[in-house]
Amino acid sequence: MAGNIPKNLKYTEEHEWARQEGSVVVVGVTDHAQSSLGEVVYVELPKVGATLTAGNQFGVIESTKAVSDLYSPLSGKVVKVNEALLGDASAINTDPYGAGWILELEPSDSSQLAGLLDAGAYEDLLKGS
Amino acid sequence: MTRRTPLNDGHRALGARMVDFAGWDMPVQYSSVIAEHEAVRNAVGLFDVSHMGEIEFRGPGALETANRLITNDLSKCADGQALYAGLLNEQGGFVDDVVAYRFSPERILIVVNASNKDKDFAWMQARAEGVKPVDRSDDYAQIAVQGPKAVALVQRLTPVDLTKIGTYRFAEGPVAGIACIVSRTGYTGEDGFELYCAPGDAEALWKALLQEGQADGVKPCGLGARDSLRTEMKFALYGNDIDDAHTALEAGLGWICKLDKAGGFIGRDALAKQKAEGIQRKLVGFEVTGSGIPRHGYPLLKDGQRVGEVTSGTQGPSVKKPIGMGYVPVELSGEGSTFDVEIRGRAVPAVVVKTPFWKK
Repeated sequence: MAGNIPKNLKYTEEHEWARQEGSVVVVGVTDHAQSSLGEVVYVELPKVGATLTAGNQFGVIESTKAVSDLYSPLSGKVVKVNEALLGDASAINTDPYGAGWILELEPSDSSQLAGLLDAGAYEDLLKGS
Repeated sequence: MTRRTPLNDGHRALGARMVDFAGWDMPVQYSSVIAEHEAVRNAVGLFDVSHMGEIEFRGPGALETANRLITNDLSKCADGQALYAGLLNEQGGFVDDVVAYRFSPERILIVVNASNKDKDFAWMQARAEGVKPVDRSDDYAQIAVQGPKAVALVQRLTPVDLTKIGTYRFAEGPVAGIACIVSRTGYTGEDGFELYCAPGDAEALWKALLQEGQADGVKPCGLGARDSLRTEMKFALYGNDIDDAHTALEAGLGWICKLDKAGGFIGRDALAKQKAEGIQRKLVGFEVTGSGIPRHGYPLLKDGQRVGEVTSGTQGPSVKKPIGMGYVPVELSGEGSTFDVEIRGRAVPAVVVKTPFWKK
């Protein structure tokens, strides 16, 4: 099941999404990811100011049964994390593209965004899996 | 080969997420582990546990034969009573944990873990002095009905007076018109029953319970909720919290081992020796006081040194805390003792607490 795949976002093969908002990029996990994980009970996030590298692990998401790594879609500096998730991570399940956002980063190379999957390519990836 | 219970099609029709468990295709969840967990704590939940194994001893001498294999003492029971017990190796470690049912001195049924059934059966066959065991696993399906509303739900479907079946007692009678063993047992910490029926009747029984339980908020529940419920009770899971390398005393299950029962049991001498000498490590329940969830296999550290590992761990849906179990040196096993759980390279503090974790 592909789930909800908004057209205006970019995606990774690891099921993160990225959304440009001015000079920053908001990152979260997709509807497909949250649905596959089951109920998310814990998220481990990087500190504000941390430097992330595209494709590298930046955190961990845990559901009732599984532990999964989170990978950064882009290189850049973390400017904000969704602290509400630290007390209650359920927004990742209920609103993965909204209240369930994970962090904002300031990309070091904005052209990396163009290299991510668009909605159609991500949908194809899910169909193939 | 993956095996299927008689309820397999029904689970799929209900949209269950299926997983391989001990060679069985079983539902891990239908809607949500947390919602299913809470249905059992607050209302009633149904579990398909047909994958469990049933091994029978029947005929003159059945009681004596079976009783020599298990740690607890069926000879002190009444007919219609069930006992939690261990099957131990000669070193006092677990071959399995079981529930033994005494129908009469000539009919004993031992319910074993699905993952261990073949091993247990071979083990019993090799050691039974007298009556030979018969594998009856294909003759029984099993549905667990668990939760504060379980008794009322089952009572509406049966003429058997359930007030007469106390905890760890059982009776035989029809439920929804289907011949059942009605056993007041379970693995959730809640009141309820485990219903054993013929495999061909399982679907009708499951549907009748779902239908009749609608007003109670009944939910079909998967292995995910079964695991979180039993962890909150610190009920041991074979392969995680108990195994052949840890003795019953180390697991805190000395209470199911009757060292002075007539005829003894396999592993008795090793336990008696260990009891006299004192144990070196103990299975404890702990809460993580820092940030993170303990998981099976994570190291337990004291002052940076590895002293054990997590055997079971979860975010407890009812206790609303990250909880776990693990074997630690006995000097770290007292309530209030502290150590760290290594969670992905971080040492996260934890404290030994009184168990069960969940109390009403």
